[in-house]
Amino acid sequence: MSVTCTAEDLVVALRAVSAAVVDHGDELTELDRAIGDADHGENMRRGFLAVAAKVDSPGQTTPAAVLKAVGTTLISTVGGASGPLYGTAFLRAATSLADVSEVDGVAVAAALRAALGGVVARGRAEVGDKTMVDALAPAADAAATAAEGGGDVPAVLAAAAEAAERGAESTKPLVARKGRASYLGERSAGHLDPGARSTALVLRALATAAGAR
Amino acid sequence: MTVGLVLVSHSAKIAEGLAELAAQMAPDVPVLPAGGGPDGDLGTDYDAVATAVDRADRGDGVVLLYDLGSAQMTAELVVEGLSAPRRAHVVEAPLVEGAVAAAVAAQGGADLDGVVAAAAMAAGTAGEVAGGPDQEFAAGAAGMSTLPPSAGAAERGPAVSANVVLRNEVGLHARPAALLARSIADLDAEVVVEYAGTEADARSVLGLMGLNARGGDTVVVRAWGAQAEEAVRRVRDLADRHFDE
Ligand SMILES: [Mg+2]
Repeated sequence: MSVTCTAEDLVVALRAVSAAVVDHGDELTELDRAIGDADHGENMRRGFLAVAAKVDSPGQTTPAAVLKAVGTTLISTVGGASGPLYGTAFLRAATSLADVSEVDGVAVAAALRAALGGVVARGRAEVGDKTMVDALAPAADAAATAAEGGGDVPAVLAAAAEAAERGAESTKPLVARKGRASYLGERSAGHLDPGARSTALVLRALATAAGAR
Repeated sequence: MTVGLVLVSHSAKIAEGLAELAAQMAPDVPVLPAGGGPDGDLGTDYDAVATAVDRADRGDGVVLLYDLGSAQMTAELVVEGLSAPRRAHVVEAPLVEGAVAAAVAAQGGADLDGVVAAAAMAAGTAGEVAGGPDQEFAAGAAGMSTLPPSAGAAERGPAVSANVVLRNEVGLHARPAALLARSIADLDAEVVVEYAGTEADARSVLGLMGLNARGGDTVVVRAWGAQAEEAVRRVRDLADRHFDE
């Protein structure tokens, strides 16, 4: 049986994402301390705690409506670059889902593709710039491949999460070309990009929640 | 016509200090600071920026300037979220120079495109500026080009001109330069100020400041156009009044 995802499933998954972000807040802050301004953990924690509170309130009846609420909440609460970037990612994903009440693997892959497009446009970053794009781009590719192969939502998200984790690891030797870390030049090499790491974290939490059903 | 300005910074103090500076040069322009994150810490706050855009808009549009990456993204998100008839533009420019150039252009009555161009010219990013009737004015507001006097004069024909002694203490410093630019902003005249072989558009605060003319120095004011005489008279009066110091 192929597993799909409703608005309710998505809310459950987002609570898991929020918990994962809170759990890993210190790790993200340490990564950002090495090459940025040491606020990524706190910004993400604040944003996703607000997301958890937001999705707990009723009224979002489609997956797209839930994702839209997540996007606007992140934009209003995060405060750093990850607010506009994650916010845009969730808003674009919401738009790509239109008003269907249940999404399948193909729709999830399309939503990830749309999210990537939004992040690239907003942040003007490409693969190799040592940003969250280095996690999200391979995740969108892996999701597309899994969906084309008939993968359901858990399979597509698992493929995306694994690719994102590998993508995040790949940022370690890179010299940053975007964001605060780019001011460090060569000294940014040797550290994971915090945004790529948090992207992998969010996708892993979504995949785990989807797989647990 | 009064275009508003919103200054988006990671720091509330930067935004507020710059708003104060710009307002001194452009007292009639709404210049709204939007600095700091949602918790009042360093960062940018979408809702604060959106509110500032609302308050800065008197119907003629708003120009937003920013400092670092996420401030740009937040400003763009706010602008994308606006619905008609609200009009706003995010301009890529150095924050301080861009804000001063934009404020003076707005004070002089430039429209939205003109203020955008003035701010963009402050960055020297002329390539990003679309052509249009305000471009010349905008280039002047940013004052990036000072021409050798002879080259300009030859094209423009005979000018009304006068030697003007800067009778104030600081010469063409920020405030006097802003007063001078403002005094002639509404006239139908092209006006330049020459000092030590360099010429600046008199509508350009930064250009005037760039002349480095000090108190006691003598500058040459030249004007062309229907109200050229009035323009020269106003500049001379202003200098005679010690720039109201
Ligand atoms: Mg940071």
